[in-house]
This record gives sequence, C-alpha cells and structure tokens, in this order.
Amino acid sequence: MSHVNRRLRKEKIAKILMQLSGISITASLFLIVGIILYKGLPYLSWEMISQTPQGGFYIGKSGGILNAILGSLYLASISTALASIIGIPIAIYLNMYVKNGSFFARSVKLLFDVLFGIPSIVYGAIAFSIMIWLGIRASLLGGVITITLLTIPIVVRTIDELLKTIPVDLKNVTVSLGATRWETAKILLRYIKPGIFTALLLAFGRAIGDVAGVLLTTGFSDNLPKYIDEPAATLPLAIFFQLSSPIPEVQGRAYASALVLTFIILFIVICTHILASKQKKHKI
Amino acid sequence: MNIRLIKDSIIQKVSALLLLLALSVVLLIVFGLGSKSLPLLQDQSIWDILSQSVWSPLKGDFGFLPFIMGTVWVTLISLCIAVPLCILASVYLVEYASARLRNFVLPLMNVLAAIPPVLYGVWGVLFVVPIVGGWVAPLFGLSVTGYSVFSGGIVLAVMIFPIMISIMVEVLQTIPQDLKFASLSLGATKWETIQKVILKKAKPGIIAAIVLAISRAFGETIAVLMVCGNIPQVPKSLFDAGYPIPALIANNFGEMMSIPLYDSALMFAALLLFVIIFGFNLISRLILNRLEDKI
Repeated sequence: MSHVNRRLRKEKIAKILMQLSGISITASLFLIVGIILYKGLPYLSWEMISQTPQGGFYIGKSGGILNAILGSLYLASISTALASIIGIPIAIYLNMYVKNGSFFARSVKLLFDVLFGIPSIVYGAIAFSIMIWLGIRASLLGGVITITLLTIPIVVRTIDELLKTIPVDLKNVTVSLGATRWETAKILLRYIKPGIFTALLLAFGRAIGDVAGVLLTTGFSDNLPKYIDEPAATLPLAIFFQLSSPIPEVQGRAYASALVLTFIILFIVICTHILASKQKKHKI
Repeated sequence: MNIRLIKDSIIQKVSALLLLLALSVVLLIVFGLGSKSLPLLQDQSIWDILSQSVWSPLKGDFGFLPFIMGTVWVTLISLCIAVPLCILASVYLVEYASARLRNFVLPLMNVLAAIPPVLYGVWGVLFVVPIVGGWVAPLFGLSVTGYSVFSGGIVLAVMIFPIMISIMVEVLQTIPQDLKFASLSLGATKWETIQKVILKKAKPGIIAAIVLAISRAFGETIAVLMVCGNIPQVPKSLFDAGYPIPALIANNFGEMMSIPLYDSALMFAALLLFVIIFGFNLISRLILNRLEDKI
C-alpha cells in the first residue's frame, strides 16, 4: 500500500512543479510589461510624443520622441507594404501554379521556414556591405530594404498556411466553372481576407520591433524623417541608445519610447487575436 | 477569353520571378558574406581563427574563441532554465489544464512572442541585472555588477519560452488518446503515463522545438548585448561578463572600415552565425515536417 502512496505522492509533486513552471512562464510576461509601464508612465506626456529631441542627441534634456515614432511607423509600413506585394504573389504561386505537394513546393516552403529563423543581424550585415558597395549611406531606404527582406518569409508562410485551410471543394468548384487559376486565386484571397490582415500585422510587428537590422542600415537622427535617403530614428534604436545615458531626462525618453512601442505591439496582438477568431467563424 | 488566359500567364511569370528574387537572398547572403570573409581566411587558417582567444584587431589578432564561448554559455544557460520549465508547463497545459485556462495562456504566449527584443533588453537591464548583481551573486560571496552571461541566459530563456511552448503544445496534442488510455488502464498514474508514454512518444517533436529555440538564442543580438557586459574574454563562471557573436557584429560595425581585415572578420562572424543557424533550423524543420506528415 505504501508503494501506491509513494506513487500518488510523486504525482502530486509533479503536478505542483508543472503548475509552478506554468505560473512562472506566464508571470514573466506580466513582469516585463509591468516594469515597462512602471518606468515609462511617469515620462509619458503630450510633449513627449509630439516633439523632437531638443538640445543635442544623448545630452539634450527637453523634447520628445516624435522623430522615433514617425521613423518607426514609416519604416514598418513601407516594408510591410513591399513585403506583401512580393510575398502574397509568391504564396499564390506556390499554391495555385505549382503542383501541390511536389518536391519543388515542399523545398521552397522549407527554405522560407529556415529563412524565417535567420536573425536580423545577418540581414543587417549583408545589407550593410551591399550599401557600402553601392555607396549608399545609412538611410531610411537601407532600413526599408533590410526589413523587407526580413518580413517576406513571414508573409509567405502565414498566407501559405491560410491557403491550406481552404476547403479543396471551393477551389474545385471555381475551376470547374471555367475560371483561370488567377481568377480562382482571387476568390480564395477573398475567402482568407481577415487572415491576410493577420499576416500583415505580424509582419508589421516584427518590422517595427527589429533593432539589429536597422542598427547597421538606418542610422539615427534627431530630425523628423523627410527624405528616404536620409538617416531616420526608430523606436527600438531610441530605446537602445538613450537607455544608457547618465542624464535622467534622456533616460526618460528611452522609457517613454519603450512604453509607446509596447502599446503598439499590444494593439497589434489584440487586433490579430480578434481577426483570428473572425477567420475561425468563417470556416465552413 | 484570350485576355483572361494572357492575364493568367502574366501573373504566373511575375510571381515566379518574385519567388526567384526572394530565394536568391540566400545565395546573396552566402556569396556576399563568403567573399567578404575571404581576406581573413586567406590570412589565417580557419582553425586558428576559431580556436584562438586573443582579440585585438589593431594588432591583427582575430581569435573568435571568446565570442563563440560567450554564445555557447548564454545559450546553454538559457536552455537549462527554459527546457524543463517549458516541458512541464506544456504537459500541464495539454494534459491537466481546462480548455479555459489553455485559451487564456496560449494567447499570452503570442504576446510574449510579439514583444520586440529591445524591450526584453530593457527588462533585463532594469530587472534581471540588478537582481543578479544585488541578490544572486552575493549569495555566492561575489560582488559583481550583474552584467554577466547569467543575466543574458535568463533574458534569453524568457525570449525562447513562447517558441518552445507553442511547438511543444502542438506536438503533445498529436499524441493519440488510445496510448494514454492504454497506459492509464494498466494502473499507471497520470504522471507515470506522462513520463513513460507521452514524453517518449513526443521526443522527436520536443527535440525539434529545442533545436529551433537554440537557433533563436544563437542569433539574438540586442537583448543579450544589453545585459551581457561585452568583454571579449572566455567566461569562466556564471557571473563573468561574456561577448556573444551577434553582439560583436552590432557593436563594431561602425569602426570596422578603418582597420585592415576588421570588416572581413565581422563578415566572417555573420557567415558563421548564418551557417550554424541555417543548419539548426533545417534540422528541426525537417523533423517537424516529418511529424506533420505522419498524422
């Protein structure tokens, strides 16, 4: 009998351990968001998000982070737009024009999966050396190119997964009515519309949060981004550069930037969640 | 009628071209980084570069050992923390938790995955580093700043939680119910079933998840750079500062142009990262794809 008791005790201990690990993993998320809220909220004001930094980079005490907010939004939206222009046709091609399940389609998908995992610093390094080779200096353009390369695999793989969830019947019915492959693809795209927005939001989130890629290619500037061939500030870099400043006001700008970035990311996540549940309801 | 067919074939050609363009990025990376790192490889043998521990670009010494060891230390620490936690938590989510709890926790993992690396870095600097420096290290009788491979490992562990949990949960959900019931009906407790049946069956998937997490940890740049201390030495203890490979590239790209072979060394570092991560990713994706086919 004691033997059984020991086994049951083991079961109890294991269960408690599992609960503890689940709690600590979930708690880490709240810790991160909590710390950023706690540090950032006191510095968040209208001046902070409506002005550019004044009095010189790294030492200037007044002003805000408008340059970084705008820079990040420009960079992320242009890159996401470019990535979707390139990525969506690729996903359609892989599903409509190539024989499904063929060796070619499978290996291309595998390659995109692998590319998805390549860290942005590698993209940054290669883009940096190409820019030197072409004689382009660090600029918004360089950042856009790097981030576009980074986000294409996300768009391709997410949309490919979505296209896979469409019932084959829908495709067969459309084709049997005499539609060409492109016309069928248009129907299918309409079917997964909420999902496409999800893919774009994911890409946007990755684009706006990336540091290593833009560190090497985009540079930094205290001015508002006006031209595409000039360096531009981004939120992650504003955090990275100003966090180590000895001046509390400059550090405060880093905290405020972190907070704004967190809000943007949370907004994106909530939107994708809503869109994903919409897509589910859509299913036949 | 003709116009529709022409449109169709134009789209086909354009998207095939886009696909080629997107895939040529791989070649671009390999050949670009490869040709850039050739000067260094011609100057010194690859074995010397990888095994020497002296890093002083001004004298022409490019020993990568401190950076390789820095990356290995940070990655191992993060795995030691994250692997047991994630396996236990995902088993709990699949086998014990109610659907409500699962639907609450899994979206939170998506939030964790979406948080940009730099915010993890901020968290590391404001929270992990002071705790390691002020509480953990004094326990061992050390007084250090807290900027160490240990802090880097903790931050990385949190960063790889979401990728591990989401894959492990998916893998565990594919284990056939029959196997569980067979084991339970033989009188095994739930925990014994988990240990001896479920985890055994899920082993390839769990390994794939871990390998994928390793490659994520290898390439992580900014968060680690912010908390690791960045001193080019081979770390000897948990509380020594380290200098992982990605941090090396990010920190020095600005000055690399003025010193001979420096740019070549940094591009070699990027190539090294690319090759290792490409390999690891390929392995884990192949395992996962095979598992998916079986179902």
